[in-house]
Amino acid sequence: MLISSSFARAAFAASALFSIATAYAQNDPAARGTTESAQKGYDIAARSDRADAGYGDSRVEARMVLRNKAGQETAREFSFATLEKENETVGDKSLIVFQSPRDVEGTALLSHAKILEADDQWLYLPALKRGKRISSTNKSGAFVGSEFAFEDFTITELNKFTYDYVGEEKIDGAMTDVIDRFPRYERSGYSKQRAWIDQQDFYTRKLEFYDRKGDLLKTLTLGDYRNYDGAWRAQSLTMVNHQTGKETVLAYTEYRFKTGLGPNDFEQGVLTRLR
Amino acid sequence: MKRCVFIVAAAAPMHLASAAAGEWDIGAEVAGEVRYFPTSPLFPEQLERWQPSATFQPDIRWESDDRRHQFVLTPFARVDAQDEARTHVDLREAYYRYTADNGWSVLAGAAKVFWGRTESRHLVDIINQTDAAEDIDEEDKLGQPMINVTAPTSVGTFDVFLLSGFRTRTFPGEDGRLRFDPVVDTDAEIISRKGGRGAVDIAGRYSHYVGGWDFGLSIFHGTSREPRFALGPDSIRPVYDKITQGSLDLQYTKDAWLWKFEGLVREGQGDTFFAGVGGFEYTLYQLFGSNADLGLLVEYQYDGRDEGVVMESYGPALAAPVTAADNDVFAGARLGFNDAQDASALVGVSVDAEDQSMGMFIEASRRIGSNWTAELETRLFFNADPGNIASAFRRDDFLTLRLTRYY
Repeated sequence: MLISSSFARAAFAASALFSIATAYAQNDPAARGTTESAQKGYDIAARSDRADAGYGDSRVEARMVLRNKAGQETAREFSFATLEKENETVGDKSLIVFQSPRDVEGTALLSHAKILEADDQWLYLPALKRGKRISSTNKSGAFVGSEFAFEDFTITELNKFTYDYVGEEKIDGAMTDVIDRFPRYERSGYSKQRAWIDQQDFYTRKLEFYDRKGDLLKTLTLGDYRNYDGAWRAQSLTMVNHQTGKETVLAYTEYRFKTGLGPNDFEQGVLTRLR
Repeated sequence: MKRCVFIVAAAAPMHLASAAAGEWDIGAEVAGEVRYFPTSPLFPEQLERWQPSATFQPDIRWESDDRRHQFVLTPFARVDAQDEARTHVDLREAYYRYTADNGWSVLAGAAKVFWGRTESRHLVDIINQTDAAEDIDEEDKLGQPMINVTAPTSVGTFDVFLLSGFRTRTFPGEDGRLRFDPVVDTDAEIISRKGGRGAVDIAGRYSHYVGGWDFGLSIFHGTSREPRFALGPDSIRPVYDKITQGSLDLQYTKDAWLWKFEGLVREGQGDTFFAGVGGFEYTLYQLFGSNADLGLLVEYQYDGRDEGVVMESYGPALAAPVTAADNDVFAGARLGFNDAQDASALVGVSVDAEDQSMGMFIEASRRIGSNWTAELETRLFFNADPGNIASAFRRDDFLTLRLTRYY
């Protein structure tokens, strides 16, 4: 058996799950743009991004339920650990370890995110005790068969987009700023994303994804936000694909911060002793 | 004890809430498979057509709350209806590991360790013996007793291994397909080294990554996992010699390309020789706008080992272990559907550049529900030159269907 399965692709996601990896980024004039509306959009996104800096490290349990058009469900469970970047020249480090389905238990994905270059990512297959560096170019591919694309997991990286301010809107009784953002990175599956950002707590309540043709592809609803010592985390994320009728619900439980993880916990050697 | 383990596993408590401190994780894999050989056998003792068998592999783990202490126990058993030699048990893993805060760890017990980068041949992977009764792809390994110290540092990871309790290779028995003629008699094996199974092997490895490069440098001094063959009166006798080898494995990752190489130099089996495998893997993502990925693989295998015959005290023997991968080209394609069932299919062909002997395999697998997987495998031998070792398998094309239940 050659190494890899579709789980190989999951590694791309390891760089950050929603709103986890948002360590503070510097203003990038190219991302901020020149028009008033672009700069206003950027500044709203930047405020949201920076509200989260300084989380250190975190661990969380995740459960992902994939639902097809006929309503059939498939569940995947994984633990997810992140280490905030040491400084602004490098990215966050993260580690995903799958617990279920049982046949992929122990499959692990280690990622060292970069700012401009391609991320470094390794996949570990426990049956063969084999770790392998894998490619990180597949930005718009689906994460383990779900409606989440790999690039959806890095959306909080401020300078990966240019912005446009759209307006204000009330969602679930809360006022939000509505901004559009346009991927600056290569190989994105999207022409545009629209974000609804809470005016009071600066977190994202809703996101719409538009495909390369400009048609609405997916909507992500982020709910059950909780405050962990200043850092807001959504416990429930629902992605609906309007074109296929499929949806994926991602639920986080047992968030823990500053658990004492260090760089050694995010090196290849750790993969062989995960379980 | 064994019965107790079985009951616990069969009751299937996946993640036992820990009554005591620490966390237990108890599971098991139970598989039923049937192999079908469409062609009648080459040798009269061999099974005719159908080869049903079943495997059982419990998996018991404990980790302390501070994650410093780990115990792992993974026994394995296969019962084969046709081939006695394929009915066997093994301790795949049975170890204790201590990990310090700085990442250093010490492991004691039986474990499995993988070294390497390439796909068509695992050339530098030497810590564990191959469980060749299982399959001819050399990917099933026997547990190896060891003490292993791992030191992760800022300039890479250093590993030191002390290995003893040498494991000899399993082979299909007289009734089995995919064997040589005469049959390899594991009761007549010869460990030429002083100390026999109790001798200590020493191995070391340094591995690291820089930019797009991942690499490992390894040395091994001890009993060869690969036996060479001596001709007994009515059987082949496996001979295990003391060898020393140094190896390099590396991979360069750039965009959708993975470039891979493994090479070794080995002394102790005939003339000192070099062997290498190198090639690439290129992946086409989201094939035709779907979620599927197609990976394309090409690798070249070279092996310069001694092909001579030497006269030993126990009779004539080959100077070095035989290999089919001496001058061969491998090409493969893997289709990953990236769907909820993790369906995938893999096809590979290898051709000997000298005699054009050809081997081909197809593997397909998917999950059924959340606790089952189904796998289909086939292996075909074409154009086998009488001088090629695969010639003994020329009537052993087969198809395997395997269903596995995970607890």
